[in-house]
Amino acid sequence: MIRKLAPIALLLALVGGLVFWFVTAPQYLDPKDIAAVASGDVTRGQQIFWEGGCAACHAAVGSKDDERLKLVGGLVLPSPFGNFHVPNISQDAEDGIGTWDFASFANAVQRGVSPQGEHYYPSFPFSSYSRMKLADVSDLYAFMKTLPAVKGKQPGHELPFPFNIRRLLGGWKFLFFKPHPVATLAADASDQAKRGQYLVEGPGHCGECHTPRNLLGSSTLSKWLSGGPNPEGKGVIPNITGGEGGLDSWSDAQIASLLKDGFNPDFDSVGGSMTAVVANWSHVSDEDRLAVAAYLKAVPKLADSYTKPAN
Amino acid sequence: MKKLILGISMVVLTSAIAFAGPIEDRQALMKSFGKAIGGVAPIAKGETPFDAAAVTAAIAALNVEVLKFDPAVLFPVGSETGSESAADPKIWTDAVGFKTAVDKYKADVAAAVATPAVDLAAFQAQFGAITKNCGACHEVYRMKKG
Repeated sequence: MIRKLAPIALLLALVGGLVFWFVTAPQYLDPKDIAAVASGDVTRGQQIFWEGGCAACHAAVGSKDDERLKLVGGLVLPSPFGNFHVPNISQDAEDGIGTWDFASFANAVQRGVSPQGEHYYPSFPFSSYSRMKLADVSDLYAFMKTLPAVKGKQPGHELPFPFNIRRLLGGWKFLFFKPHPVATLAADASDQAKRGQYLVEGPGHCGECHTPRNLLGSSTLSKWLSGGPNPEGKGVIPNITGGEGGLDSWSDAQIASLLKDGFNPDFDSVGGSMTAVVANWSHVSDEDRLAVAAYLKAVPKLADSYTKPAN
Repeated sequence: MKKLILGISMVVLTSAIAFAGPIEDRQALMKSFGKAIGGVAPIAKGETPFDAAAVTAAIAALNVEVLKFDPAVLFPVGSETGSESAADPKIWTDAVGFKTAVDKYKADVAAAVATPAVDLAAFQAQFGAITKNCGACHEVYRMKKG
């Protein structure tokens, strides 16, 4: 009996292994698209750099103003899976990404795959960045090429088994990686709201914190932008839809104003990691800040995705 | 009898105030900062014309509130949680850093009181220096809970 079953078991194991291999293999952007994209524009790339918020995580902790252009990394992001150490993405050839060509950069940003073909963890918001136009990524690449090279290699992530096996992230991507728009806007939505959708769902990666995550760390898209527990473990992230507890009573100008100077309509200032977001978005055009506001007003209105603590 | 009732109500009232606690006190104080300076924010943003009397009055009013900001009184050990406190534990684990941040805020407001702004540019500089303290402190020492 065992002799008869052994080949079948072997076959099943082989098939299983092959399926695992294919499912978890890195997926790349189409090389034809990469070849077709125009070389980037530095000025436009600077806007995308601020909208994309790269400096919020990749600048040295506590750096201000021009220091935020030194992308040496070093921030530690705590999570339920372990501690993520933000890497150096400055132009240093050894410690940063100075030697990367555009294809490597675009695949890292939009597919979460390293030049060595390894998966990145979704603590890096490639899920959001995958919704960006390739031309914008090209502009961003051009701008980042103008930034300084900074020495300093950051340590690897501190993750327990099985989260330390990068290949498994292919399975995560298979289940959760969706490089297409999230919200369905009304057919008559304004161009401004559509621009806002691109900014919020793509480069702005607002949903990475403002949408609750499931047990495997993926955004729960049915609760899009309705807030949730802070993924870094402390307190909550507010609801930014028009639902109960959200932004319904705010004018578009008030939302845009918060992104510019960090103050809400009651003149209370934002805190936590949102201060870094404001430091980025203060460089963005009024037009784009208002587009974000228009989109936030257009998404489904949901109640808070968290319970206020009893005390 | 009337006097007795009045007396009792007075006692109840004062104890209610006395027992409101440091968390409520600091929440009220934080709101008072926003109220004092928020009124002249449209001037700083260039939305309404510069008004020397209004900005001087606002900064004086803010200074009155800021002088009440004593970390030891408002953030005593034992007041870490409760009453929807948004205080981050770092206030207690990094008490020195917290006090330094509060002192910088006080110094920036005091400097503005000492040199009243005579034009928009001067006021914008003061306003920027003062309000940068809000975000800088909240970035580290506040966590949202709802």
